[in-house]
Amino acid sequence: MMNALTADAPRADAADPYLKIDSCWKAFGEFVALRDITLDIHKGEFVCFLGPSGCGKTTLLRAIAGLDPQTRGTIRQGGRDISALPASQRDYGIVFQSYALFPNLTVERNIAFGLENTGRPKAEIGARVAELLALVGLPEQGRKYPAQLSGGQQQRIALARAIAINPGLLLLDEPLSALDAKVRVHLRHEIKELQRKLGVTTIMVTHDQEEALSMADRIVVMNHGVIEQVGTPTEIYRDPATLFVADFIGETNKIESVFDKGAVRVGQAVLATGAKGLADGGAVTMAVRPEDILPLAAGHEARPAPNHLNVTVTSMEFLGSYWRTHLTSDSLGETPLVANFSMNAVRRLGIEPGAALTVELPAERVLAFARGA
Amino acid sequence: MAETSTLPAGRAVKLKLDRDGIVKRGFMALIGLYLFAALALPLYAMLSKSFVTYGFDLTRYEFQVSDESGTVWGDPVSAASLNDALGKFSDADLASSSDGRLAVTDLFPDFSFKSPVKYRLRSTTADAPYLVGLDLQRTTDWQEFDSNTFRRVNLRPVTTVGLQNYVEYFSNPALFSSIENSLFISVISTVLTVGLAFGFAYALNRSCIAFKGTFRLIAMMPILVPSLLPGIALIYLFGNQGFLKGLLMGQSIYGPLGIVIGSVFFTFPHALIIISTALSIADQRQYEAAESLRASSWRTFWTVTIPGARYGLISAAFVTFTLVITDFGLPKVIGGQYNVLAIDIYKQVIGQQNFEMGAVVSVVLLIPAVFAFIIDRQVQKKQVSLLSARSVPYQPKPNRRFDMLMFLWCLIVAFFIAGIIAVCQMAALVKFWPYDLSLSLKNYAFNRMDGGGWAAYWNSLQLAAMTAVAGTAIIFTGAYMVEKVDGFRAGRALFQFFAMLPMAIPGMVLGLAYIFFFNDPANPLNFLYGTMAILVISTVTHFYTVGHLTALTALKQIDAEFEPVASSLRQPFWRLFARVTVPVCLPAILDISIYMFVNAMTTVSAVVFLYSTHTALASVAVLNMDDAGDIAPAAAMGMMIFYTNAAARILHAFASRRILGRTQAWRAR
Repeated sequence: MMNALTADAPRADAADPYLKIDSCWKAFGEFVALRDITLDIHKGEFVCFLGPSGCGKTTLLRAIAGLDPQTRGTIRQGGRDISALPASQRDYGIVFQSYALFPNLTVERNIAFGLENTGRPKAEIGARVAELLALVGLPEQGRKYPAQLSGGQQQRIALARAIAINPGLLLLDEPLSALDAKVRVHLRHEIKELQRKLGVTTIMVTHDQEEALSMADRIVVMNHGVIEQVGTPTEIYRDPATLFVADFIGETNKIESVFDKGAVRVGQAVLATGAKGLADGGAVTMAVRPEDILPLAAGHEARPAPNHLNVTVTSMEFLGSYWRTHLTSDSLGETPLVANFSMNAVRRLGIEPGAALTVELPAERVLAFARGA
Repeated sequence: MAETSTLPAGRAVKLKLDRDGIVKRGFMALIGLYLFAALALPLYAMLSKSFVTYGFDLTRYEFQVSDESGTVWGDPVSAASLNDALGKFSDADLASSSDGRLAVTDLFPDFSFKSPVKYRLRSTTADAPYLVGLDLQRTTDWQEFDSNTFRRVNLRPVTTVGLQNYVEYFSNPALFSSIENSLFISVISTVLTVGLAFGFAYALNRSCIAFKGTFRLIAMMPILVPSLLPGIALIYLFGNQGFLKGLLMGQSIYGPLGIVIGSVFFTFPHALIIISTALSIADQRQYEAAESLRASSWRTFWTVTIPGARYGLISAAFVTFTLVITDFGLPKVIGGQYNVLAIDIYKQVIGQQNFEMGAVVSVVLLIPAVFAFIIDRQVQKKQVSLLSARSVPYQPKPNRRFDMLMFLWCLIVAFFIAGIIAVCQMAALVKFWPYDLSLSLKNYAFNRMDGGGWAAYWNSLQLAAMTAVAGTAIIFTGAYMVEKVDGFRAGRALFQFFAMLPMAIPGMVLGLAYIFFFNDPANPLNFLYGTMAILVISTVTHFYTVGHLTALTALKQIDAEFEPVASSLRQPFWRLFARVTVPVCLPAILDISIYMFVNAMTTVSAVVFLYSTHTALASVAVLNMDDAGDIAPAAAMGMMIFYTNAAARILHAFASRRILGRTQAWRAR
């Protein structure tokens, strides 16, 4: 993961991260919500904490915000140890899922809330508020009350309020979850653009993988209070470090199998795999994504080749851009496979329920994870 | 996943307290301290007082008597053996009160103050005080007296801690019967009130009758008057000179009958509010389901309506029961010779100055009140979960016969309530009942009667205003700290407990506890005794819980994320509090203040022990004028309270609407 840089992910000196989380634990009574979390976040990065509910992502965010301190461990921000600092002495802006706009204050007063009471002259505050309203694309809405705005507009106001004070760190706690799907996709893009423009280090908590994949420079996948993997969206997707990540991000076929000399054995089938570092004869779970299963033209049935499987189509669902196809193979035994075939392939190869065909599982796309770990 | 699985050893990270945290904790400590001093300590003082008895312990004193020469001394002899020999004092004689005195010369039948015989006295233990003249002695050394001095030596009682007071209480049939009486009138009143209020609430929520608003308004009127006012009206109607006395067929209104009728009057709105709320949350779909299953309306009533309202009914019953059993004003005015617990406290304390026995009765009265309180809290918790956002509100359909019946029910109840108030108004305006029925305002010339005059009215107004302002400020701030301080869990739980406690404490008990606590010269807060401040404190404390719950409900509806947002913006919490929390909660704040105001105007029970000559109150004046036989002026003063509260209510409604219109524009989309 060290070299996991995408072209547009700005990053300062890698040796000197902006936010440094070191061996953090969080316990609520007997329940351990965070286990030994160590994580570096660099200046200007957009990082997503991704995981199912209860995985500890919000707990970690609240520890960073000083709202619910970690039980053990240290957090440093910009070289300063903030582990025991109360929220008011840290340097961040925060946006919640509920927006938390002050209902009795106008949009302008909401945005100005953090600017007032700081000795700034009124005119300067007014100008800054106008600038922020323009920045989030709501220049005309300043005199309205939050309840008069749509959910998406309210969330943009909450964002403007959070960045008004030029925080070093922007924390977003499921900011899009309360919005409907269309607005969500739109706002995803806007937030990302805004973050790029401002260059503010941003952490977003989400349980929505699409959100994380489309917005983040790096994704921190969490489960049961542990970091499963840290990496760019493509790394996380193409090279999941654990079965959990493979399963949680995107879809995957999981098949119990045995590892043997650079290949997995499932039933009578032997499939070469790119997975390394597994013990020969060890029980593993083989994983292959539906879109990595390639349909081959007719004529391959009789000529067995490495990583080719003869299958029968049991059923198909049309999902717009592709067909979700359920397959069975004699050599795999009982285990069914799910493959996503493009419309073109389905038309060209005449794939239909009941049809027999040959598919290829490319060796570098066949993953294997040791079982029971 | 090869992570270590257990928390490494070490101390939990604790956030440093910032200014906000310190100020918040400070506020909470301050208000907690207030509740501690205004509630916990007085109650403790009272409780410990109930276990104290005073008596002379003759075994603790020894005497020596000289011969005529005053030089040759006899053997030391204990006072107890002297008494045994003489048979002078029985055990009952030796029981005493806090300021009892026993002349030692009574133990020497041949004592003469002119004789040259000398006497010596010593205490055998450190705790055996006696007086020489006015000087208190606490010494175990022998002291010698000539006979002239010796006649001015008095033994003082010693305190014993134990259950004697309780034993005495429960073996006194007159006192003990009060328990029966209290339970009797409370149960009867509760059954009647809950029944009547249920019918009334049912009519308001489930029928299509006209004038619902008017009926509701009339039903709420009793809240605006002291509980003893219906007593005065009943005396006018059915008393010795009442014009409807014949209707009672020889029964006397003075006693349980009067107390029960009056109790139904003053508890009715309390029961109505609770039951009406319970009935208003019905789900239309349940009734549609019942109808589609062809259930008869009778069956629907018993299988849908009653189960749906059962928590409301139980809660209303306990609230009514508590109000009646702890009420003091009504039995005082119309109870005649019928003793109840609240009256006993008053009699023991004001009549007999027997504070210890008053404390015992208070503890006895505390038991049913606390019991009812605990059950009510349990029931209320369940009630909340019945509400669901998806319920479809019930829409009653017209039904002529049923609506007629319901209308009649409401009419009778409204007639009863309005009638009581009207009779009081009439009593206040008529010149001399029943001989001269022409109208005049002479009964309002309070300055010509005992009871405090117009000054009492102005005092009440001042008390109500101060209670409303100070009480609301304290209660709302306290509730904010409980709800919005993070961490500090034990402190918050303790605070919450103290905030809930006042509801379980009858006013009489609180008042008496205040005497014990604040009247103690050793208490640094003693200077408050007899001032307006102590009246404000007792009233705020007495009515704390309802205000606290109102504030909590309002605060819980506010987004919990406001505080984190404000601190991330590096703004102090008080700015958020002033700019956002208070404005958003303004409706609740106004509700708390009018609640405090109205109750401060009408309360009698706690303040009756605490007012002084220059802080006499209108509600107490009603009581005292009635006591002195000035019933018409008492009614007039009662009506003054009614006008004031009605005006305050109207003002409150008006102000609420205006403030809401101006500051809560954000509520409208």
